[in-house]
Amino acid sequence: MELISPSDWAKQKVQSVQEYSVIAARAVANVFARPRYLADTTQQADLIGVGSLPIVVLTGFFTGGALAQNSGVTLQRFGSLSLIGQLVSLGMVRELGPVITGLMVAGRNASGIASELGSMVVTEQIDAMRALGTDPMKKLVTPRVLSTVVMLFFLTIISDAFGIGGGGVASALFFGVDMHQYWSTAWQILVFQDVFMGLVKPVLFGFIIATVGCYYGISARGGTQGVGRATTQAVVASSILIITVDFFVTRLSMTLFGQ
Amino acid sequence: MASPPEVATQVTADSAAPGSVAIEFENVSIAFEERQILDGISFQLMHGETKAIFGVAGSGKSTILKLALGLLKPDSGKIVVLGEEVTSMTEDQLFELRRRVGIVFQESALFDSLTVRENVAFRLYEEGTVPEDEIDQRVREALSFVELENTVDMYPSELSGGMRRRVGIARTIITHPEVLLYDSPTGGLDPVTSNTIIELVVKQRDVFKISSLLVTHRLQDAFTMGTHYFDRAENRMKPLPPHTRAAVPMGFLILRDGHIIFDGDLKSLRETRDHYIREYIS
Repeated sequence: MELISPSDWAKQKVQSVQEYSVIAARAVANVFARPRYLADTTQQADLIGVGSLPIVVLTGFFTGGALAQNSGVTLQRFGSLSLIGQLVSLGMVRELGPVITGLMVAGRNASGIASELGSMVVTEQIDAMRALGTDPMKKLVTPRVLSTVVMLFFLTIISDAFGIGGGGVASALFFGVDMHQYWSTAWQILVFQDVFMGLVKPVLFGFIIATVGCYYGISARGGTQGVGRATTQAVVASSILIITVDFFVTRLSMTLFGQ
Repeated sequence: MASPPEVATQVTADSAAPGSVAIEFENVSIAFEERQILDGISFQLMHGETKAIFGVAGSGKSTILKLALGLLKPDSGKIVVLGEEVTSMTEDQLFELRRRVGIVFQESALFDSLTVRENVAFRLYEEGTVPEDEIDQRVREALSFVELENTVDMYPSELSGGMRRRVGIARTIITHPEVLLYDSPTGGLDPVTSNTIIELVVKQRDVFKISSLLVTHRLQDAFTMGTHYFDRAENRMKPLPPHTRAAVPMGFLILRDGHIIFDGDLKSLRETRDHYIREYIS
C-alpha cells in the first residue's frame, strides 16, 4: 500500500469535500434551469421509489414489530402497557422510519447510482455526453437527486405506517393489547413537531443518498475495480452521513420545538 | 479509370485562403499528476484538411482531441476551434460549440442502455425541436452512411467492435459537424474492418469536406488516407494517380516527449531525415 503524507491526505479530503459541494450545489441549481429532464426524473423515481417499496414495507413492518416487543416487556413491568402505541408511533415517525428507510434506500440506490455513473465514466460515456452537447449534471445528476428526495419522502411515510402497523400486530399478538386502543394512542400522541421532524429527515437523507452516489460515481477512476470501490464508498459514506445528520437534526428539532 | 480527384484539389485551394483555420493550438501545455504530457505544442488544422496524429502510447494524442473539444483544460496556451477560443469558454458556452464539432471515441463510448437508434439520434432528442419523422429519416441516413441500417433496434452490446465504431461515426455525423475528431477509430480492429472505417473517414473528407483530426497507432491507415480518395461515382475509396498525391488535404503530425517533432504532408514525411521518425514509420 502506498504511503501518503498527512498534508497530501488532508488536501485530498478537502478537495473531495469541495468537489462534492460543487456537485451538490449544481444538482440543486439545475432544478431551476433548462432543459428539464422530466422523463429521466420519472424513470429514476420509478427505479428508486417503486423499486424500493418491497424492502421499505418489510423493514418498516418488522422494525415496528421488534420495537413493540422490546418496549412492551419494559412497559409491562411498570404496568404501562397502554402506552405501547404511543411509544411505537413516536419511535417510528421521529426516528426509526426515516433512518431505516434512508439506510435501506442508501444500500440499494447509492450503490446503484455510483455503479451506473462510474461505469459511464470509465467507458467514456460521460465524456461522450459532454461532447454531444449535453450537460451530464443536468441529465444524470439532477433527475436522480430530485427523484430520490421526493420518493424517499413518500417511502418514509409508507415505512412509518407499516412500522406502526407492525407494532400493533406484535402488541396484539404478544401482549394482548386491544388494536383499537393501540391505534387511538398511536395516532393521538403525534403532534406537529413529531411529523415535521419525521418528514424533514427523509428530504435530507434523500439528498445525501443521491448526491453521495453521484459524487462517487462521477469520481470513479481505474476501470471496473474503481467502479466497485466507488460503489462501496458510496454506501458507506451515505450511511454514515445519514446517521450523523439524523443526530444533528434531532438535536436541532428538539432545540427549536422544546422536546 | 476514374477522373482525377477534384475534391482533393478543391480543398487544398480552400485551405490556402486566409482565415481558413479550423483548429489552432498555440503553445499548449498540460500535465497530469506532475507528468508533462504536452509541452508548448503549436499547430494548425486547415478547413477541409485531415491531420493524422501519431505518437507512442501516452504521448498525448487523445489529450489533444479532448483539449480541442474543451473536455480538458490546458495548463497554459491557447486553443481556437472554428474561431472560438475554447480555453476561455465556460462549460455552457462549450456545449454550443460542441454542436459544431464531433468526436468518435476510442471505444465508441456508445450509451449501453440505449438502442442504436437512440444513440445515433441522441443529439437530436436533446435539441428537443426536431420532429420524430425527421429524426427517423436522419437516423436512417446516418446509419446508411456507415452501412448499418439493419442495426437500428439493437443494443451496443449486440454489435461487434467494428460495428460499434461505425455507429459511433453515425452518431457523430448526424448533425453534420464542421470538424470531426477521431480517437483511434481503427484500434484493435481487423484489417478489413479498419479499411471500412478509413473509407468512411476519407468519404467525410472528400465528399463532405470535413476538417478532421485523426489519432491513430496504425501508420498504414494514415498512409492509405494520404494516397487514396473517395470516388463518388463508384461509391468507394480508390488510389490516387501518382501525380495528384501532393494535392490530397492530408497532414501528419508526430508527437514525442510532449513536443511536435513533425508537422507536414506525406511527401515531406517520406523525405524526412529525422532518425526517430524514419524508425517510427519504417
